Amino acid sequence: MSLNRPIRVLIAKPGLDGHDRGAKVIARALRDAGMEVVYTGLRQTPEMIADAALQEDVDVVGLSILSGAHLALVPRVRELLNANGMGDLALIVGGIIPEDDKPALLAAGVQAIFTPGANTEDIARTIHEIVDGKAAPA
Amino acid sequence: MSLAQRLLNGDRRALARLLTYVENEHPDGEAALSDLFGHTGRAHIIGVTGAPGAGKSTLVTALAKALRAMGKTIAILAVDPTSPFTGGAILGDRIRMVDLTNDPGVFIRSMATRGSLGGLSRASRDAVRLFDAAGYAIVLIETVGAGQSEVEIARIAQTVLVVEAPGMGDDIQAIKAGILEIADVLVVNKADRPGVDTTVRALKLMLELGHPALRANIDSHHGRMVAVTPQPEAPNGNSAFWLPPIVQTTATTGGGIEPLIAAIERHHAYLRESGTLATLESRQINTELHERLRELLLRRLLDALPPHAIEDAVARIQRRETTPHEQIAQLVDAEQQPRL
Ligand SMILES: Nc1nc2c(ncn2[C@@H]2O[C@H](COP(=O)(O)OP(=O)(O)OP(=O)(O)O)[C@@H](O)[C@H]2O)c(=O)[nH]1
Ligand SMILES: [Mg+2]
Repeated sequence: MSLNRPIRVLIAKPGLDGHDRGAKVIARALRDAGMEVVYTGLRQTPEMIADAALQEDVDVVGLSILSGAHLALVPRVRELLNANGMGDLALIVGGIIPEDDKPALLAAGVQAIFTPGANTEDIARTIHEIVDGKAAPA
Repeated sequence: MSLAQRLLNGDRRALARLLTYVENEHPDGEAALSDLFGHTGRAHIIGVTGAPGAGKSTLVTALAKALRAMGKTIAILAVDPTSPFTGGAILGDRIRMVDLTNDPGVFIRSMATRGSLGGLSRASRDAVRLFDAAGYAIVLIETVGAGQSEVEIARIAQTVLVVEAPGMGDDIQAIKAGILEIADVLVVNKADRPGVDTTVRALKLMLELGHPALRANIDSHHGRMVAVTPQPEAPNGNSAFWLPPIVQTTATTGGGIEPLIAAIERHHAYLRESGTLATLESRQINTELHERLRELLLRRLLDALPPHAIEDAVARIQRRETTPHEQIAQLVDAEQQPRL
């Protein structure tokens, strides 16, 4: 690891669906991978997520979306993060994301997408790579 | 413009970044604290501690909402333990605080204890200073009352709320030793639950048995306040003249929050009017200097020792070739050799 401090991740659950079991599993897995995970709970608006990310000064925001509203929610979160001066903060998305929608999300400034069944160790490794890549001297 | 200057101008992103710097012991954090120190000393610093699940986050949220309605700005530092096995942490207090997001008069920061032995990280003290300098009128620090952290909260906060809830073990043994010494206000939360009276009674009994202020009151029922015993050094600087009130709350509905705020304000007024506030601060600074000196000197010693000096000493002690005492003396001597 090229950072001498824990990676800070915010896990948020935007949208109206009421299941956060998946988000909690990820939160625990990232904790077990040595990260500090700010967990914000259910039914967050993009505004709430961006405000929490700003206050917490996290390295990564992870959105868990099962509702199908990802094409509306994700670009909005990215936009608000950028407006907060957090353009270089990594955004990752997990949930039920159809293959066809992935290019649009990646184009909207998402660094990684994980669909159900993704290995939690892969998620942790990807986050490390994203953050460490950025922390490396230019 | 420097981050410190931006913080003074109300830039939340600068505050957030400086919080990260002090947490990571980044040199820019220390530099900013030097610039900002003259702007500290204004906030009312309130610690909220108690057993896991007692309702601390919900209570902090209810308090913050009511204080916001009174026009006060609020910063919240929510401290959760780092896993000793993985170094990671789940910081989940914000779940209860959603009602406070997107209010520019509220700033919430979650913090893990990281390596800090007692639980409250050293960084939390500096984080509070940043909030203070940023102009927040009230800083609320939530910390789980397990191990040492509830005693540590008294080294940072001016007013300490100890939160109990019914049914969490109401016998006197279960109410942890040490908790009364640091409590300025005792909160019995979840007052909507059965068993509140039992908890209140148990706390009252504890107070009657042990609290110095009550001893003074008992002696003063002819109208004269007499402190009968010289006061032990209570960590929160409480003198004989503050008896922690017991306030019942239902944090989920906001019940009892007004009386709680009144109790907090009474305590703050007591601190100011009795001169205890200054005594408390000087004691807290004294403790901080000792802690930091101890840490610095230890680090210096360890850095100066030859590699494996500690491991070698351990092995020799284990083989009974020497004693811990002798080894300590040698290690300190080794460090004091002039380095060529
Ligand atoms: N019935 C009732 N439940 C409450 C009250 N206050 C909090 N709770 C509930 O108690 C549970 C724990 O509340 P939290 O505020 O998370 O407690 P906490 O002390 O911050 O917990 P940790 O940070 O995990 O130690 C939640 O389900 C709350 O809804 C109350 O006044 N009455
Ligand atoms: Mg809590």
